[in-house]
Amino acid sequence: MAFLPELVLLLGALALFVVSLGEGRAHTARHLALGLGVAALLAAAAALPSRGVLFDGAYQVDGFSQWLKLVLTLGYLLVVLQSGELPDIPVEVRPEYHLFLALSVSGLVMLVSCVDVLTLVVALELASLPLYFLVAMRRERAGQRIQMESAIKYLLFGVTANGLMFFGLSYLFGLTGTTALPEMIARLRGDVSAAAGVGLVLTFCGLFYKLAIFPFHFWTPDVYQGASNETTGFVASLPKLGAVAVFVRFAALAAPEQRLLPGLFTALALGSMFYGNLIALAQTDLKRLLGFSGIAHAGYALVGFVALNQAGYTAALYYMVAYLFMALACFAVFSLLAPHGANLTLGDLAGLHRRSPLLAVTLGVGVFGLAGLPPFAGFMGKLALLTAAWQRGHHALVILTLINAAIAIYYYLALFREAFFRDAPDPAAPPLRLSGSARLLCLTLLTAILALGVVPGRFIQTVSGSLAWVGTAPISAAGSPGFVGTGSQPLAPAARAP
Amino acid sequence: MSPPGLPASFPWLSVLIFSPLAAAVVVAVLRRERAVRWWTLAATLAVAAAAVPVLVGFDPGTPAFQFVEDRPWIPPLGLRYTLGVDGLSLVLVLLTVGILPLCVLASWRYITTRVREFMIGLLVMETAMVGVFCALDFVLFFLFWEAMLIPMALLIGVWGGPRKVYAALKFFIYTMAGSVFLLAAIIALYRQAGTWDLRALMGRELPLAFQVWVFLAFFLSFAIKVPMVPFHTWLPAAHVEAPTAGSVILASVLLKMGTYGFLRLSLPITPDATRLLAPHLCWLSVAAIVYGGLTALAQSDLKKLVAYSSVGHMGFATLGIFTLTRAGIEGAVLQMINHGITTGALFICVGLLYERLHTRELAAAAGVGRQVPVFAGFFGVFALSSMAFPGTNSFIGEFLALAGAFQFSLPVALAAVPGVVLAAAYMLRMLQRVAYGGPQNPDHTGVGDLNLREVLTLAPLLGLVFWIGLQPGPLVRLFAASVGHLLEQTAAGAPPLAAAP
Repeated sequence: MAFLPELVLLLGALALFVVSLGEGRAHTARHLALGLGVAALLAAAAALPSRGVLFDGAYQVDGFSQWLKLVLTLGYLLVVLQSGELPDIPVEVRPEYHLFLALSVSGLVMLVSCVDVLTLVVALELASLPLYFLVAMRRERAGQRIQMESAIKYLLFGVTANGLMFFGLSYLFGLTGTTALPEMIARLRGDVSAAAGVGLVLTFCGLFYKLAIFPFHFWTPDVYQGASNETTGFVASLPKLGAVAVFVRFAALAAPEQRLLPGLFTALALGSMFYGNLIALAQTDLKRLLGFSGIAHAGYALVGFVALNQAGYTAALYYMVAYLFMALACFAVFSLLAPHGANLTLGDLAGLHRRSPLLAVTLGVGVFGLAGLPPFAGFMGKLALLTAAWQRGHHALVILTLINAAIAIYYYLALFREAFFRDAPDPAAPPLRLSGSARLLCLTLLTAILALGVVPGRFIQTVSGSLAWVGTAPISAAGSPGFVGTGSQPLAPAARAP
Repeated sequence: MSPPGLPASFPWLSVLIFSPLAAAVVVAVLRRERAVRWWTLAATLAVAAAAVPVLVGFDPGTPAFQFVEDRPWIPPLGLRYTLGVDGLSLVLVLLTVGILPLCVLASWRYITTRVREFMIGLLVMETAMVGVFCALDFVLFFLFWEAMLIPMALLIGVWGGPRKVYAALKFFIYTMAGSVFLLAAIIALYRQAGTWDLRALMGRELPLAFQVWVFLAFFLSFAIKVPMVPFHTWLPAAHVEAPTAGSVILASVLLKMGTYGFLRLSLPITPDATRLLAPHLCWLSVAAIVYGGLTALAQSDLKKLVAYSSVGHMGFATLGIFTLTRAGIEGAVLQMINHGITTGALFICVGLLYERLHTRELAAAAGVGRQVPVFAGFFGVFALSSMAFPGTNSFIGEFLALAGAFQFSLPVALAAVPGVVLAAAYMLRMLQRVAYGGPQNPDHTGVGDLNLREVLTLAPLLGLVFWIGLQPGPLVRLFAASVGHLLEQTAAGAPPLAAAP
């Protein structure tokens, strides 16, 4: 039972493999993928309360992993819905496309449960390798051969980052003599040696790459641009949540007296935000634009890790889940809007409000969510992140983050302006007919973004409750109890001077 | 407290806030334009009617917050859904719900495309605006504050004039830039005081340096909204390009958000910083008064003229606030209400003129009054009110604000007085041209006078102009206690007042 979601995904992938052996089975594969998405979502929901330790302590099924699996499978279902008929993937490899997608998701689903470095590496590779193929699978046509370059870049950067990560893990293993994360935490307690620091930082490099944090971001814009719209939607959303989850597991390794990590995270977060936002100002290709915005958002998520406590991790996870839905909303609009899957520019959005009001609203909500406007999820996420960081005294970081949010408004507003205020230059631009599944996708995303922004109470409670094991990590001994729970007596004059 | 038949805990404020949103959902499924218009009118009227029990049940004798609703909202973040009104917020809530039906009426003929979306925008605006005035949780306040941005930008950017996109984006970027600092101040205050509750934040003795930072962050955000010189440049663009209803909402309610923010947040939460910086803000207000007046005098576009006159009028409001005297603040609140009534009415008048002449040029409108005597009558009264003619509403407000200024500092008051003269100058110039000026313009033959709907749009405002002008007592009594309490809080950091049940 505890292994049900993984089992369903693996069986589904196997079935997709069988389907991909035949010819001309694109439709079958799509329906199978949709069914698999629903089944995986149900399985994850059923497995939500299960707890346990599998495979000799290498695989931990806890509250933390189970809600993440639920979100990941929901994300998978939405990605499959968004993919539609895969217009920009050659018809003969469409079944394989679905196969690799399912494999990557099963890797992510396993990743969040791994508490042993070895299983973690395997799961990480299972999640990453299919992505390289997905990027390369885009159809070739005149003027569109960029996807190979993108895939190679993605692969080379990925391999380099993974190499760094393995190197760092070898340090940690050498210091502690174990590959199990809980034991590693216990043995690293109080270790402030340079070796431990270097090991941790190198390990984080692999995750920074997945998240597209500033010096490891170089693949992002090119991959976003080169991959088909549907693939980009996937690459931009789910793997980042997986990376943040692993990040949380590893950040617990940091000793409380660590001065190195908060400083490093602050620098990288600021670098990502400023780099991403400033470069995004000048973009016209929509996917590139969102690629740079993604770099900035990874920076925002890193702000939560600067706090190095439960409140910060909760905020980072919450923000990343919100980002997942908001990014998917934008990419879903691009996928549904693009004729034959071509890349869109800002100008292609003109007149969207007339051509398809639902798509325009979805884009508007996604964009304003990314910009951090209430009542959408992005605002509450930023609020949680910033209160967590401010509490730990990172005042300058909070102010600079807010300034970044203000800079970012400009380019998000440009998307909004094109979609709502401009009329299509070509008066004959026909209204878009949306299929039932596309409508369902848009409405689900809208609901998720609004609900996470207006009534996220239970969700945040689940996240923060599932992070209780962080409390056993050395960090909470020095940290304050966090903002969780202060809400019970809002009028109490609890002077909490920083 | 509550009318018979309903429990005392009936959530009147939630009803006021969310019924427009519910009405907007219904609008979304209505098919015919006619049905959409009538339904929106009925909905806004119903919301206005729902404000009557609040007014009746309100006890003006106490400065405490009334009709308080307090529920957990997002417990892990410590956020609560806390609503409540005192005298200050009540009058602004009444202004908001009262002006909305008139906006619908003013858009009856003016808006011809995408009527349904327009009405949804108006209703969402109403929810957000009433929410700002009722919210007592800082994040809830900010949520409503920001929620106004998108529908307002849409109202300007979709249904506006030739440069609508420019105006909408300018409006958006300005206000958004301001609210970023507001958010920083909110987070800092939460971490300093450990609560999001506005009532608990008031009257805390925070360190002066911290107060000054918070005050400056508040100031940027609110000064852009008011707008105070030199942050006013978004206003003429937004006003000129917005459709009539958009201009009315902007002038009547949105500009009040800034002054309301000063009164609700800056004064009680950062009293020491306020006292320290008040003289500078008074001079800035004087600059707004004189600058607004001089600029209005030079305009040839009617809407621009009224827009710049807004800058001057709101200058009187901020001047009154920062004199930190009873007369000044009461005058400021009155000025806020009066500006909402008078300037809203003037924008409706300009809109009516535009519907008839398809131009807002002062020169082109010269002499039209001869063709449309009823219109000219209304227009004349509102123009007189705008220049604070005794017997009209604005006179009381400006008089009190200036009286406060005289108590506060003679040079400031003397510097503000020319603003009154300037107001008379630009308003009389406009009135004289429109009503009587120029030879018979052949374009004006056949211009129809106001019909019943248009008279009904303006008549309530006309009534208010004289009612407040001749008998301001009942209105002032509503918020006098709150102003008194505000002064105590600002004077010495008085302890926070316990919430009324």
